[in-house]
Amino acid sequence: MWKFTVRRILIMIPQLFVLSIFIFVLAHFMPGDALSGLVDPNVDAATLLAKKKALGLDNPWYIQYIDWMKAALQGDLGKSFHYKMPVADLISQRIVNSFWLSLATLILTYIIAIPLGITSGRFNDTWTDRAITGYTYIGFATPLFIFSLVMLWAFGFYLDWFPTSGSVKPGLVPGTFDYVMSKIYHLLLPALSMALISTVGTVQYLRNDIIDTKQKDFILTARAKGAPESRVYNHHILRNSLLPIAAFFGYEITGLIGGTVFVENIFGYPGMGQLFLGSISLRDYSVVNSLVLLFGVATILGALLSDIILSIVDPRIRIK
Amino acid sequence: MEANNVELQNMAQESEKTPSGMRIIWREITRDKVALISLIFITLIMIFVYGIALFLDKSEIVRVDLFSIHKPPSSEFWLGTDKGGRDVFGQLIIGTRNSLTIGILVTLMTGVIGLVFGIVSGYFGGTIDNIMMRILDFFMILPFLMIVIVFVAIVPKYSILSFSLIMTAFLWMGKARLIRSKTLQERELDYVQASRTLGSSNMKIIFSQVLPNLSSIIIVNLTLSLANNIGLESGLSFLGFGFPESTPSLGTLVSYATNPQTLQYRWWIWLPASLLILVLMLSINNVGQALKRATDARQRRG
Repeated sequence: MWKFTVRRILIMIPQLFVLSIFIFVLAHFMPGDALSGLVDPNVDAATLLAKKKALGLDNPWYIQYIDWMKAALQGDLGKSFHYKMPVADLISQRIVNSFWLSLATLILTYIIAIPLGITSGRFNDTWTDRAITGYTYIGFATPLFIFSLVMLWAFGFYLDWFPTSGSVKPGLVPGTFDYVMSKIYHLLLPALSMALISTVGTVQYLRNDIIDTKQKDFILTARAKGAPESRVYNHHILRNSLLPIAAFFGYEITGLIGGTVFVENIFGYPGMGQLFLGSISLRDYSVVNSLVLLFGVATILGALLSDIILSIVDPRIRIK
Repeated sequence: MEANNVELQNMAQESEKTPSGMRIIWREITRDKVALISLIFITLIMIFVYGIALFLDKSEIVRVDLFSIHKPPSSEFWLGTDKGGRDVFGQLIIGTRNSLTIGILVTLMTGVIGLVFGIVSGYFGGTIDNIMMRILDFFMILPFLMIVIVFVAIVPKYSILSFSLIMTAFLWMGKARLIRSKTLQERELDYVQASRTLGSSNMKIIFSQVLPNLSSIIIVNLTLSLANNIGLESGLSFLGFGFPESTPSLGTLVSYATNPQTLQYRWWIWLPASLLILVLMLSINNVGQALKRATDARQRRG
């Protein structure tokens, strides 16, 4: 298993490298150079040139790349033009919010999807199964942003059950119980919206897998040996079907990244997605760069995590 | 005796004649009531939207008229007006046409790229396959939404074609993977090996043997991804990184709902567009699922 993991990590390193080069090149096509974030545009040309030299911006591109990489690896991601503060600080403020949102979404997704998938697979072809399948069908076709809008309108504005923006009620002191409760309260609607859509993949997969496994010979054997139905399901079938779900976990992270951009926008939730959209509109390209790099790295790491878990869980992959 | 033999042979041949591909597909769709209704609905919408859009005066609809802001539906404006005093119903029609056009364009382009990439990679194997797979892996790493938004923000000159190209550039990977794995399977089949032994050229094998067997997968995949692409384009327009505001799109109509006032009190702006996106995607999905069942004989209902 270690051999596989090491091999997989070794593949990841060139991927990270190519990703960073791609983003670096992309950054150079963005209008406005790195200097516009740092100096007053009214300064005269000579001072501008001197500043350029001081910051190393007239070096050839490969030296600039190495400088950028060195700085980034130490946590210095440049300065934001709009907020006039280091990008790293800006991101670290938001990343906590996005983290909790993603975590809540993942938890909700699995809490909802696994029972639904099991019920649907076990009680195949009953009305319950048909209802659940109908739900997955519609959920699969519904775009996330439309669903979130409807949720916001229905539960936020119309029924007034949930707050409609922000991550916490203003005026509360961090660390108190009220603060934590308010944070959770603000999290619920966005996380629920994302979760209800992302459950459909897992439910469909679980359902199909359980239906397939149900018909295998070893289940027949278990029943013939007198195992109670509950043991057949909870022990034999689930062990086969649940493990790949754990493996897809890494890919769920990738899906979350795209989802948070929409959901944070709609619910006014101050996280990284909102930061990304705002920075693009404001042409704050140092922030955009760092965010794209961060998300790319997160995607690569997510894929790595999935592959490693899958290799632990499914020995056939290791042997190959 | 001779006549009987010939007759028997003819009868045997006739009873063995399997229905052609199109007949299977058509039968499957008609047996599935939902898919049939969906197909009719889509066709009607397309005719309606593309047809009427020819008669509508586009510049008139997008002209800002400050005296007619936020009017509810009436006999003059069938779906009211938006914040610029523009007719929502007209925008809905032109927007649907634009969204459909982009969806179809992107689907076709990703289809072609994915097909070529997948077949070359899967059929020729070896080093070519390795290199192409590395390229594919790299593209799969990029966070799609982010990259597309960044490109849209950078590219100065904007049009339906450039937008479609940007989307296509980061969307072809799934198809290529699918086609490649299918091609790998096909390549190992006996009749392909036989053709190679007999010395048929590669192109001939690909076009006459591998490609027809891929056709069912391609059709299903194209249909399902059409639905997905329409959703993606609407999402991008919703965020403001699809069409500019002067070009109506379903996504931009929905984007007005981010204003809480519009969300609560002016449903006529965003609700019809949202419903239309939803129903379009569902319908295309239905037809796609029916096609999928048609390709797998075990799942057919007909």
